[in-house]
Amino acid sequence: MRQYETTFIIDPTLSGDEIKSTANMYFDFLKNEGCEIVHIDEIGVKQLAYAINKRTAGVYYSVEYTTTNYALIAKLELAFRRDERVMRDVTLAFDKHAIKYAQDKRAGLIGKKKREEREAAAAAKKQAEDEADDNA
Amino acid sequence: MATKEDIKFLNNPKIGQKVKKYCRFRRFGIKYIDFKDTDFLMSFINEQGKLLPRRITGNSMKYQRKVAIAVKRARYMGLLPYLADCLK
Repeated sequence: MRQYETTFIIDPTLSGDEIKSTANMYFDFLKNEGCEIVHIDEIGVKQLAYAINKRTAGVYYSVEYTTTNYALIAKLELAFRRDERVMRDVTLAFDKHAIKYAQDKRAGLIGKKKREEREAAAAAKKQAEDEADDNA
Repeated sequence: MATKEDIKFLNNPKIGQKVKKYCRFRRFGIKYIDFKDTDFLMSFINEQGKLLPRRITGNSMKYQRKVAIAVKRARYMGLLPYLADCLK
């Protein structure tokens, strides 16, 4: 069993429903092929660093899944290439370090901003507890 | 006569000293480089979007290769430019 991560960009000129249905189509495809979806990250609209197909922005999606059916990767990539709504895609096989990184990222252990938020939340909680102690 | 204590700060003691470079991946135990984390990758490219050499970043060969792959993936996915003028 291997864990994979697929990131793809959908054309932003489509309507909101079309974008969602396109993404869901691929998620359903993975589920039908017997994948266990670990996490779906809807990154959202991002400015592209350079124009792709005359578009300056794209809607990013990232999905992590585990599977034993390795032939499906080729199928998925072929489907992406045939689909005009998908601008770019990348599929990576995760090693143990990547899996740990993804878990830590979800837990909010990676990234300066998230760490600051977590520390601020902890400080606020501690303060609330102190106040509760003072009142008691 | 000036003692050794007096002349200690006449010259900047750090001039002429070499600061040892180090590989931040080895020192901080970073094992995986995410191509979607563009803020982090920005520290390994110059203003034109070119990869910085190892002699400047101090990366070990193992992690320099991983950085290069991550930057190239980010470029393909439109997260980093292939060509740029003033990136920073």
